[in-house]
Amino acid sequence: MRDTVTFVLNGAVESVRDVSPTMTVLQYLRGSKRLCGTKEGCAEGDCGACTIVIGELDAARQAVTYRAVNACILLLPMLDGKAVVTVEALREPDAARSAHGLNNNKAAGGGIDKEADAPRLHPVQQALVDYHGSQCGFCTPGFVMSLYAAYVEGGELDRSALNDLLAGNLCRCTGYGPILEAGLRLGDYAPAPWDDARRDAELKALRGLDHGAGLALRHGDQTFFAPTAIDELADLYAAHPDAHLVAGATDLGLWITKQHRLLPQLIAIGQVAALRELTLADGVMRIGAGVSYSEAIEAISLAFPDFGELMRRIGAVQVRNSGTIGGNIANGSPIGDTPPALIALGAQLILRKGRAQRRLALEDFFISYGAQDRGTGEFVEAIEVPLPAGPSKLRCYKITKRFDQDISALCGCFNIDVKAGVVTAARICFGGMAATPKRALKVEAALIGRPWTLDSVKQAAQSFADDYTPLSDMRASADYRLKVAQNLGVKYYLEMSGDAGANEGDLAPPKEIETRLVGPGAAVEGIS
Amino acid sequence: MRIDHHDGSERKDSSGKPAGSTPATIDGGVHRSRTHDSGAKHVTGAAIYTDDIPAPPGTLQVYIAMSCRAHAAITKMDLSAVRRAPGVVCVASAGDIPGVNDVSPIMGDDPLFADGLVEYYGQSLFAVAAQTIAQARAAAQLARIDYDDKPAILNIDEAMAARSFLQEPYVMARGDVKAALSSAAHRMNGRIETGGQEHFYLEGQAALAVPGEDDDVTVYASTQHPTEIQHKVAHVLGVANHCVTAEVRRMGGAFGGKESHGNIPACAAALIARMTRRPAKVVYDRDDDMMITGKRHEFQIDYQVGFGADGRIEGIAFDQKVRCGMSWDLSEPIADRAMFHADNAYFLPAVRITSYRCKTNTQSNTAFRGFGGPQGMVAMERVIEDIAAHLRLDPLAVRRVNFYGHKDEASTTRRLTPYNMGVEDCIIQDLFDELAASADYETRRAAIARYNQASPILKRGIAITPVKFGISFTKTFLNQAGALVHVYTDGSIHLNHGGTEMGQGLFTKVAQVVAEEFQVDIGRVKITATSTAKVPNTSATAASSGTDLNAMAAQDAAGKIKRRLVEFLAQSHNCPADDIRFKPGRVDIGDGKSVPFDEVIQQAYFARVSLSATGFYATPKISWDKDRASGRPFYYFSYGAAVSEVAIDTLTGESRILRVDILHDVGKSLNPALDLGQIEGGFVQGAGWLTTEELVWDDKGQLLTHAPSTYKIPACSDRAPDMRVSLFERGHNVEQTIYRSKAVGEPPLMLGISVLMALANAVAGVGTDCEEYIPVKLDAPATPERILAAVERQQANSKTPGGANTSDHETGPSGRKDKK
Repeated sequence: MRDTVTFVLNGAVESVRDVSPTMTVLQYLRGSKRLCGTKEGCAEGDCGACTIVIGELDAARQAVTYRAVNACILLLPMLDGKAVVTVEALREPDAARSAHGLNNNKAAGGGIDKEADAPRLHPVQQALVDYHGSQCGFCTPGFVMSLYAAYVEGGELDRSALNDLLAGNLCRCTGYGPILEAGLRLGDYAPAPWDDARRDAELKALRGLDHGAGLALRHGDQTFFAPTAIDELADLYAAHPDAHLVAGATDLGLWITKQHRLLPQLIAIGQVAALRELTLADGVMRIGAGVSYSEAIEAISLAFPDFGELMRRIGAVQVRNSGTIGGNIANGSPIGDTPPALIALGAQLILRKGRAQRRLALEDFFISYGAQDRGTGEFVEAIEVPLPAGPSKLRCYKITKRFDQDISALCGCFNIDVKAGVVTAARICFGGMAATPKRALKVEAALIGRPWTLDSVKQAAQSFADDYTPLSDMRASADYRLKVAQNLGVKYYLEMSGDAGANEGDLAPPKEIETRLVGPGAAVEGIS
Repeated sequence: MRIDHHDGSERKDSSGKPAGSTPATIDGGVHRSRTHDSGAKHVTGAAIYTDDIPAPPGTLQVYIAMSCRAHAAITKMDLSAVRRAPGVVCVASAGDIPGVNDVSPIMGDDPLFADGLVEYYGQSLFAVAAQTIAQARAAAQLARIDYDDKPAILNIDEAMAARSFLQEPYVMARGDVKAALSSAAHRMNGRIETGGQEHFYLEGQAALAVPGEDDDVTVYASTQHPTEIQHKVAHVLGVANHCVTAEVRRMGGAFGGKESHGNIPACAAALIARMTRRPAKVVYDRDDDMMITGKRHEFQIDYQVGFGADGRIEGIAFDQKVRCGMSWDLSEPIADRAMFHADNAYFLPAVRITSYRCKTNTQSNTAFRGFGGPQGMVAMERVIEDIAAHLRLDPLAVRRVNFYGHKDEASTTRRLTPYNMGVEDCIIQDLFDELAASADYETRRAAIARYNQASPILKRGIAITPVKFGISFTKTFLNQAGALVHVYTDGSIHLNHGGTEMGQGLFTKVAQVVAEEFQVDIGRVKITATSTAKVPNTSATAASSGTDLNAMAAQDAAGKIKRRLVEFLAQSHNCPADDIRFKPGRVDIGDGKSVPFDEVIQQAYFARVSLSATGFYATPKISWDKDRASGRPFYYFSYGAAVSEVAIDTLTGESRILRVDILHDVGKSLNPALDLGQIEGGFVQGAGWLTTEELVWDDKGQLLTHAPSTYKIPACSDRAPDMRVSLFERGHNVEQTIYRSKAVGEPPLMLGISVLMALANAVAGVGTDCEEYIPVKLDAPATPERILAAVERQQANSKTPGGANTSDHETGPSGRKDKK
């Protein structure tokens, strides 16, 4: 294995060895490289001031895919084999400016004319300037990089797409209007030829990097492994069972930046190609443990539209580009948003230890707070989700103080089958209501076999009080959580029963009643 | 005037004209949109903030250790293990302070480091300086501190019960309130609570201190108030003010949070620099910043109001209970300003406002955009809504009958504020008429009522609210400013003034004024960092007054140089001074002669004319008698109005803002684009305060919401999908402000009150099947939990029509303040 982290920084190859593997990319950029355009606003991936763009070769090694991530919770060795673009690299390079005669300190009076000295800016930068998208300017580099990643990758940037794109970038000054305006007008600007040149250089440089062998770093008491094959991963973890596995570091990164923990042994799974596959076969969706939210969202949205909408509200683009569903499960958090949906869908977990595989129902993985059914040296390999025969009956409700980039006070997922007016099957699972993601077994039992009516739903929903004893915390009180869980039963009924009578008691989409404030189908989206 | 964000003339390709030409107008004069002077630097990452300044070699990183008790005596503080820890160079605590252990802005009650007593969870205890911040932080954990806990007062209710006040209650009154209340046809009482608000400037507090020779130290700080930094550093170090230079080029947001709370980082860095003779830097990370620094004051306001059948208020009494935190900080003028704005835009014939300044064992609350005004105002708007509900009137009608008299109205009987200042410039009627029409308020209100009848789960609401905000520091002496202008021999101009740039565009506006005075392109005006060495004895950039004060001072400085140039040209060209006129890029002299500006400057230099001047400005007309609670604290008022439409989910309490219409008065705008930016940004910040932004402490006084993962400021999608912001085209300041413009920093924040009132209106929609409107008790922040609770109360009331108590709806606090 290699002992040097090699990556491309703003078009040039960088090799780093003998640094702490828990150094964040933000610390590296600001401290080691004095690239201070990238800012620290929160050090927990919630404000986006540290947004950078990562370029990765596609499987065919023919093109580079760019995505925005938070540098503050990304570990330096995770850059291995990738390209990093920071805000400093977007404007026209000085060399090109000299060629155009736009150098500073020009003689003959031009020196006092600031405008003539201005560097030519990338379209996303120029639009932000022109539409007054910066006030204090501290969040601005992050917005630039989020917009830049979308600009490079293409696709239409309408208001709704921009809301999603920028949900992970907080601005306290502008109220966002001028930034949205800039985003909507990007198409008015001529492309920046120098940017093509830099990206060409990145493609060439990435193809030239040695990527065959995995990474093994040692620095003082710390070790960091990044294997490339799944058997290699299994062996390493068996040999170092005390190591922490890291996928996207969107949770583990906070152990470092918030809890200031020293993590002596890390094994990164991001380079293991086999874990980054998502397949659909034999009525099952199989999601590798290293698949990011962003990579999974399209397939999940197609099969389970409301799960897709839930995914849209997990973190924001930067977090979804790094974080994985596997990590969301493996860290055992009671407030992760994917486990409730996956449990409601009857997902199975594939665990791996050495050469041995084991399979269990996802709900059985979560034993109690901080404890999961995962043996020493055992790791999550994949999640398998049965695909529905017809339209999915899963509905997901994420309740938060703020719609975007917020952690659930509670997250309720309902998946109920009705035949001939009678409930035949029910899987209801909540996050935020107990020490683990937990099924509402008593509510399910109270529903099954009962007629599908508002009354029976309301009555069954009373049993949420038997299923859950939620806590009060800074997100919501216990009373609120329980009350809303019960109300969500009503909401699910209303959303699934519009044409119930006409359809022989089967579930059906609603006709008239508006029940959603956000997401597809929210009537208020079209307000004039 | 409807101004789009898009202004094609702002493009980079419309650059300045070459020297020597004679353009018709200058680039970048007043009354024109102009992009932020640092825009290009912001978007390229080239703008330098305090933590970006290349630190000199050997700079120490400093960590501030914090108390983990809300109220306790420190019986022992053993820092020996901290000193021995790897990388540690210096540890400083109270005993190491050569001067005075105080960083307070006014009252002398904020120690730099706790000395035997801690009064809040998060209070600074000592500073550790090490090679790296990680070493310093790790070392700080090794301190051995013994506490002897004392009873802690954590919220307003506890403070009121214990009469824990910073001073005796302060009263502002006019007329016989008791008589007015008893004779009124209708009476109500009620209570509204508004939570605090974290500033959440994206750039945390930061300071870099570089020692010089003798006792000198230069402090680069992220501060709205360099002069206070200078004074407090000198105070702590025990040296004269002239030893200390404080400098700031820009802040990454401030919003009031960097008026006094930058003092600890600056003084700690300077103290370490003094002790070690090495540069030292303090940068709070987000969590530490939120744990240590004060926030917007939480308020609880009780009211009693008497009114007539048309909703006209006859008498009103407010009890304003203010959570100040562990010390005064700026709480006195903040609590005062809440009283000054208890009337908002309404004439109150008989009024008594009582202010209780509660001392609690929590962060010392501080300045935040609006400075108490929003809290006073929100209670007044709730009163109006409650009167309207009680009388079953459109709140718009109740607002109209209660407004102060219009400035053009012959009668002056409805002009007097509760503090005996005449409102001479009231134009709120004009704003309301125009906005209600352009926003189609009446039609939409009717449509919403129909929607609510048909929609069982989602309900909508709408509200129109006014803002009248007094402009000036209410501490009269603060209303002064200085500037320094040099013209160099090549015709380029160096501009400096006492104001600080925190994103609001102050530097751009003042540069526009200087460009306008000299009639040169703005590109010639170099905007330089605020420094106590260039302009002394400045006030904080605060109270929305940055442009009013500093642009006037800069105009004064430029005017002095201009007068010298005129005198010189009149003499050298032998013509009357009146014949000399500054035209774009040139000076016209008498009979058709025209000299380029550069040449004029060179000639003046060779003729030994001084091309440097200081400028000064002091706001006229204002005065304040604190003992009698009477006077003219404000030079003038800024006005604005907003209509917000919202939707709520009655099953979950979630809400969304759907559409916002704003009409705001900035007088004659110096820079419409920047003003619109302040208005829109202020509105969104105000809406955030009243909806998603919730501060939660535990029962030990520990703040639980100390990072963006738990404290939720508005995100991109929280901005209303339909937002229409306009400047009031007829705006004109009746007072002689800089080019008749008006201050814009704070007033728009209070436009956000329309959102809270619209949410309450949506909650009222739950009860539309019953005959009578019931006042909705919805406290702020209106989180999903508070909205759901209000919905449930409304549903309970609606089930028993006629049984609901509408004359006294004091149902007690609806929201949790401090969760366990």
